[in-house]
Amino acid sequence: MTTTLPAYDEVVARYEPVIGLETHVELGTNTKMFCGCPTDFGGEPNTRVCPVCLGLPGSLPVANKAAIEATIRIGLALNCSIADWCRFARKNYFYPDMPKDFQISQYDEPLCADGYLDVEVGGELVRIGIERVHLEEDTGKTLHVGGATGRIHGATESLVDYNRAGIPLVEIVTRPVPGTGALAPEVAKAYVTELRDVLRSLGVSDVRMEEGSLRCDVNTSLNLPGEEWGTRTETKNVNSLRSVERAVRSEILRQASVLDAGGRITQETRHFHEDTGDTTPGRSKETATDYRYFPEPDLVPLAPDTAWVAELKAALPELPRLHRRRLQEQWGLSDLDMQSVLNAGAVELIEATVAAGTTPAAARKWWLGELSRRANETGVELADIGATPAQVAELQGLVDAGKLNDKLARTVLEGVVDGEGSPTEIMTNRGLEVVSDTGALTAAVDEAIAANPGIADKIRSGKVAAAGALVGAVMKATRGQADAKTLRDLILERLGVQG
Amino acid sequence: MAAISREEVAHLARLSRLAVTEEELDTFAGQLDVILQSVAQVGEVTAADIPPTSHSVPLTNVLREDVVVPGLTPQEALSGAPDVAEQRFRVPRILDEDVAS
Repeated sequence: MTTTLPAYDEVVARYEPVIGLETHVELGTNTKMFCGCPTDFGGEPNTRVCPVCLGLPGSLPVANKAAIEATIRIGLALNCSIADWCRFARKNYFYPDMPKDFQISQYDEPLCADGYLDVEVGGELVRIGIERVHLEEDTGKTLHVGGATGRIHGATESLVDYNRAGIPLVEIVTRPVPGTGALAPEVAKAYVTELRDVLRSLGVSDVRMEEGSLRCDVNTSLNLPGEEWGTRTETKNVNSLRSVERAVRSEILRQASVLDAGGRITQETRHFHEDTGDTTPGRSKETATDYRYFPEPDLVPLAPDTAWVAELKAALPELPRLHRRRLQEQWGLSDLDMQSVLNAGAVELIEATVAAGTTPAAARKWWLGELSRRANETGVELADIGATPAQVAELQGLVDAGKLNDKLARTVLEGVVDGEGSPTEIMTNRGLEVVSDTGALTAAVDEAIAANPGIADKIRSGKVAAAGALVGAVMKATRGQADAKTLRDLILERLGVQG
Repeated sequence: MAAISREEVAHLARLSRLAVTEEELDTFAGQLDVILQSVAQVGEVTAADIPPTSHSVPLTNVLREDVVVPGLTPQEALSGAPDVAEQRFRVPRILDEDVAS
């Protein structure tokens, strides 16, 4: 469609968006869901396979206890009720990413159901209903070759690697979320962010969207106020938090332009394109009955023991939202200040820097100042900037010890980000330490006084503010490696003036 | 009334990627109907107090510990493959479908 898109504000003033999110999480277990093959990322093709995950005749699956436990913990953290009895189901389809010609999943009996997750958007709590959390197995990776684009259309053959086939995959499905209006894209992003933080705090997955261990499908529909919900589309291939927001926004705009032109929304799967921020149509959705789900005959039902579930619930870690609130109090931050820490993705970094022995104020200064600026300039996540919390704590330690002034510390930090080594190494190697040798400083001060007799006279006559010019001159002579306050005191002392 | 229609058999054949001729459709629809009618007789004796059974053995929670067990070498894994390229299973291109997730 080449029509010009309407303005976002104008669209959300007329239409009400309803969103829903389906998130897939690869669990960080040692082994696959139904066999003992390892799950580590990045092995040579078909090196983590066995008769079970290759679907060879006569092989039988056995469920991974750690995966069941992780799924129950996710369900509990999302305030779900845990089924006291449920079964796996076969989802039948013909596609070579599963060698069995079916995927073991769960259908009408999910392990966890009916929960919620509270997320904060613009200082307000939004409760996102969780419909279900179920367990299934991931599929293999298909490489389409022979076509010009690497996509399936035009490909002449497909090459399949089954290393990923059978890795435990948890699917988390929200209930439809109406009533968020213009904030719908932000709510979607906040939900996935919060969910990622919850999963990380549980330690069940490394939740890396870029590597595909956390994958997100976004459902969007529009309706006029007072009317029924519109037809929804499902956007796949949304591989970063920022893309979640962009995908919802772009789909709201696209659907509005279709509806404005008197058209109808087709229920379909669409693909998000990172480069353009647009979505394009994918395959039309097969109806649920086409998968011919039936209870998996090779796996006996699951009946989690009540005592086991209670034990897992008691051992849940502090959830991220409560943890953040506690940190905010400890750090003495206003809501606004805490929000800027959150927006910068700096909570854990500051927490770790404080744990390494720095004050919250100093830790926040470095992460939100120099390092955030550098991260924005280079377009990387703050956590990937190249400086670690331990290095930032070390840097601040050098400042506190008087070995670095603020300006020198910034220079050293640049070096850390550029991978030149630890703050102490960089300071030593590049000779950036503050000159604390009073003899050398005194000589430099005397030289500056001798070179600027007019200024010296002014200071002697009581114009103490003029000392700034001499401080500047000495700083220049010592390449900035002096402490400005020490210098000023020294200048006044040499001129016999009281500061 | 037949338990399965000729159209349903054709639909299932398509989902199963089976090339079934028109004559075979007639044959299979008839045969499947006899099978389904026979199985349906079980339904006549079901009672409200008997839950549907998917597993005949009264077992639950058969789980294994999360411990790595040696699997197959790539050579072993690929030994039964119809075709191999770049240490991967090589299969014909897939039609009628867009990119899988």
